[in-house]
Amino acid sequence: MTLRTPPCSLFRWRPDQQWEGYLFILPSFLGFLIFIVLAVLMSLGISFSTWGLTGFRGVAGLANYQQLWRDPVFWQAFGNTAFYIVTIVPMQLALGLTMAVGLNQAIRGVTLYRLIYFMPVVTTIVAGAIVFRLLLSTNGPVNQWLAALFGALDIPFTPPNWLGSSQFSKWSVVILTLWKNTGFTMVVYLAALQGVPKELYDAAHTDGANAWQRFRHVTLPLISPTTFFLFIFQMIGAFQLFTEPFVMTQGGPANSSLSVVQYIYLAAFRDIRMDKAAAMAWVLFVFIFAFTLLQNFMQKRWVYYESE
Amino acid sequence: MRGVIASSSGAPTRLSLPAQVGLHIVLLLFSGVMLAPFLVMVVVSLIPNAAFLARNFSPENFSLQNYVRTFQVVPFGRYYFNSIVVSVSVTVLQILISSLAAFAFARLRFRGRDALFLFYLATLMIPFPVTLIPNFLIIKALGWYDTYWALIVPGLFSVFSTFLLRQYYRGIPLDFDEAARMDGASSLRIWWQIIIPLSGPVLATLAIFVFQGAWNDFLWPLVVTTSEHMRTIPVGLAAFVGQYSTAWDLLMAGSVIALLPVLVIYILGQKWFVEGIALSGMGGR
Repeated sequence: MTLRTPPCSLFRWRPDQQWEGYLFILPSFLGFLIFIVLAVLMSLGISFSTWGLTGFRGVAGLANYQQLWRDPVFWQAFGNTAFYIVTIVPMQLALGLTMAVGLNQAIRGVTLYRLIYFMPVVTTIVAGAIVFRLLLSTNGPVNQWLAALFGALDIPFTPPNWLGSSQFSKWSVVILTLWKNTGFTMVVYLAALQGVPKELYDAAHTDGANAWQRFRHVTLPLISPTTFFLFIFQMIGAFQLFTEPFVMTQGGPANSSLSVVQYIYLAAFRDIRMDKAAAMAWVLFVFIFAFTLLQNFMQKRWVYYESE
Repeated sequence: MRGVIASSSGAPTRLSLPAQVGLHIVLLLFSGVMLAPFLVMVVVSLIPNAAFLARNFSPENFSLQNYVRTFQVVPFGRYYFNSIVVSVSVTVLQILISSLAAFAFARLRFRGRDALFLFYLATLMIPFPVTLIPNFLIIKALGWYDTYWALIVPGLFSVFSTFLLRQYYRGIPLDFDEAARMDGASSLRIWWQIIIPLSGPVLATLAIFVFQGAWNDFLWPLVVTTSEHMRTIPVGLAAFVGQYSTAWDLLMAGSVIALLPVLVIYILGQKWFVEGIALSGMGGR
């Protein structure tokens, strides 16, 4: 950034900008210092202390972290969160891309379809979770529709206990999350697809590439930066899943759908173990950070940037 | 004509009629899946629980009775009021505060500016759970627990908004500022009368983004409120589930009440919502 100002005014306003700059930033910086910087330092301190109902009760060293290591519920919550990530992220990318490709065609009604697909995204997730509690209840509409479908195909069918069995409770959370968030992925993908130059398709067409080959070798590489962004974004979101299991299954049955953030919440505000909860939050942070770094490192292999 | 439209929107090729019909069937199927929960919500909210459980959808069962009862058992009016106060305050003040800082980061010259901005950016990676517990303790220490201050103040400071606006402000030619300064305008005036008017679209999309986040936020208001009259809509709705876990008629009426205004705003301002999301997506590139 170069400074192109007549010399006469240069002397007048540059020293002004020194303190003016600080004044403009002051409101933002005060909040930043308290609610972000101080909070991060406190959180780190608490995770290495004994901290209960009455506040600081002594230095604990690594005790909280060691406790987590031995806590089977923590492992279970971490396993559940891993399950959410490996199911939700790829399914959401695939579904969102399919919808976006479908809408990126010369057909009528694209705006209406987009309006509908995006509706769950603006929905309060608590309301979404309540409806899915109803939809997925044992005698609920979903099992009713499935029974009708299987009946029509003459296949024996036992209605799954979506919310009340350890086998299906995680899938209930996955289904709700897919319904809620796929529209977001679709909109971001659609914007990326519309940025792919038509000439490239024409060139591929002239070279005799069929529709699938054009998609595989023109579209996919060109939208890979968007895939990368969505992958990271959805992964970070899935790491921090809270409301969906909290409202729909309360983490149950037998902690089978408990997420890490939900366990942090319970440790801090039900068991009043701020220290253990803070330690858990840091473990979560380290995992998110490590996986994001790993993805950033791996992107060289599959993300294509036009400028390179 | 269709071919021309297709090429301008970047669509690959024009489809044959059977392909178009097939595509519409697939898209309608997706639409059905997306809309079904809303439809179930509305239908169940209009009939008594017993009628729903018996799957008796005869017209004489339909009434607005559940809505009346929901308003009687839950103070939804108060939840609404709280959600509006919190979301509007957070949106307006967060954007003002972020915009002031972004203006300084993008267009003023002062010592330590770039180092400070890097420091801001470094905290973008920190997930919410890390700051949740200390912020709860800070709010308690300030005596703000279960007040509007607790619901609003921590939401006013956003590194993401500051970053987004700073990127945008950097794109506005510096000549504007210089010309205004020659005429004796102060920095504050340049910010308010030149930069803010020039950033209308980005402010609108950011406002929708922030408003939506504040309106739907659940974990923070859950943690810092305890009394019924301080609850926002999502927290009030979740407490409602705790009390009436299978009273589907009331729960669905409550959900419709909670969703209706957001959905109406969304359908009216669709373009801004979608652009806001696309914008946040492009921010990651």
